[in-house]
Amino acid sequence: MQILTNRAQPVDRRPMTFWEKLYLPAIAKGMGITFKHIFKKKATVSYPEEKRPFSPVFRGLHVLNRDEEGRERCTACGLCAVACPAEAITMEAAERKTGEEHLYREEKYAARYEINMLRCIFCGFCEEACPKEAIYMTETFAPSNFQRKGFIYGKDDLLIPDPKHPITVTKKD
Amino acid sequence: MTLLTIAIDWFYVTEKILLISAVLAASLVIAMYSTWGERKVAAWIQDRRGPNRAGPFGLLQPLADGGKLFFKEEIIPATANKFLFILGPSMAMLTACMTSAVIPWGDVLNIAGREVSLQIADINIGVLWVIMVVGMGVYGIMIGGWASNNKFSLMAACRGASQVISYELPMGLSLIALFMISGSPSLKDMVEQQRESGIWNVLLQPVGFLIFLICAFAECNRTPFDLPEAENELNGGYHLEYSSMKLGFYLFAEYINMFISSALMATLYFGGYHFPFMDSLGLSPNTVTILGIGALFLKTFAFIFFFMWVRWTLPRFRYDQLMKLGWKVLIPLALVNMLITGAVVLYRSIGF
Repeated sequence: MQILTNRAQPVDRRPMTFWEKLYLPAIAKGMGITFKHIFKKKATVSYPEEKRPFSPVFRGLHVLNRDEEGRERCTACGLCAVACPAEAITMEAAERKTGEEHLYREEKYAARYEINMLRCIFCGFCEEACPKEAIYMTETFAPSNFQRKGFIYGKDDLLIPDPKHPITVTKKD
Repeated sequence: MTLLTIAIDWFYVTEKILLISAVLAASLVIAMYSTWGERKVAAWIQDRRGPNRAGPFGLLQPLADGGKLFFKEEIIPATANKFLFILGPSMAMLTACMTSAVIPWGDVLNIAGREVSLQIADINIGVLWVIMVVGMGVYGIMIGGWASNNKFSLMAACRGASQVISYELPMGLSLIALFMISGSPSLKDMVEQQRESGIWNVLLQPVGFLIFLICAFAECNRTPFDLPEAENELNGGYHLEYSSMKLGFYLFAEYINMFISSALMATLYFGGYHFPFMDSLGLSPNTVTILGIGALFLKTFAFIFFFMWVRWTLPRFRYDQLMKLGWKVLIPLALVNMLITGAVVLYRSIGF
């Protein structure tokens, strides 16, 4: 037969020698191997106290961004919802009224913006689709919840705090 | 006619009761923390950390486990024999605790002019008692497996029973070789002899010790001889139908057995409470005794660690391999060992 790789190992079919049949040397060898493992570095990360840094391309929970004046960037164009393969994003648009210019950057804004984190597959397409640089994915996980409705994140969960009017405690803290 | 009055030495009774309580408490606590130790050793060997959440270093873990077992629902199968079903784990626990009676936990303590022996019962058939009680231990498994009225449990129990019987023989034979050297089956005498000569029996009987060690693993149903419990082919083993604390008793009895057999191996082959230069340090007898207790426990813990170390290294035997090892290897080996020991002892005493 033609040899395809040089990694093939012939099987040793020789009968066992007396030393091998004794079985105890093999046990001693195995015990030595396991004993060495006692002193090896543990691979465990003690999670809540010790956090492993995420990779820079990690895609975690979403945030809705504001501009430098603290206005919401989202114009409820719906491109993120269209781009979403899991159909996790829903929104309702509303028109900006006079006197609200400090709240919303453009004439249209999202009155309701929801992401169902149970549906979301964290693909990052929403982030890519957004023409207004309004939605970004962060380096956090969705915290656990007892109810399914707890995983539907609304605007109050997603919007980052207003840099001009900082609030000390956010709802999710 | 005079009434026969039996003088009861109340000090003696009190000291024995105290000693029994202390030994039982020590066995239970050590068995409890063996479960913790087992998990820690397993974790270390597998590059993990093991229990470290409940209390400092996870030291409250056994209490949490115990609490969980107590509060779990207790199920007795409808077709089970209720009396035997409850008797099974009780037997396992009882036999596990009974062995400790003949182990000398230390030399004599001198308390207020009284010589208090740190052995519950210095009977001159010490080792025979151990073998008897260990042999009875199989009733716990057998009754449990039978009373469950479950084919898998029964199969596992049969495996356990035949395993214990098979390994009892080489164990007894290796001990006979030991008696030939010591000339006495009393454990206290054996320790004293090792203390006087300063040579531990393991040096005189290395093969005997090896056989005894292997048999002790089999008698304790520890890996690689844990055939009575096999999740993959028997759905769990003889304790398949057991739940809550009755299951806990079975598992706990295994840990007590491990502790007692470790203490026994330390006593028989590693000098018991003897430690090197014990009598030439010039310390007071009580200090030496207390240090001796420490030495015995150190050896015991070393053996317990060894038990765990083996458990997380070796895979379980196949049943025919187990039987082959017991009958075709260990029994002939023990017999040969006995023969050679006998020849040497004879040569030493009378020459040719």
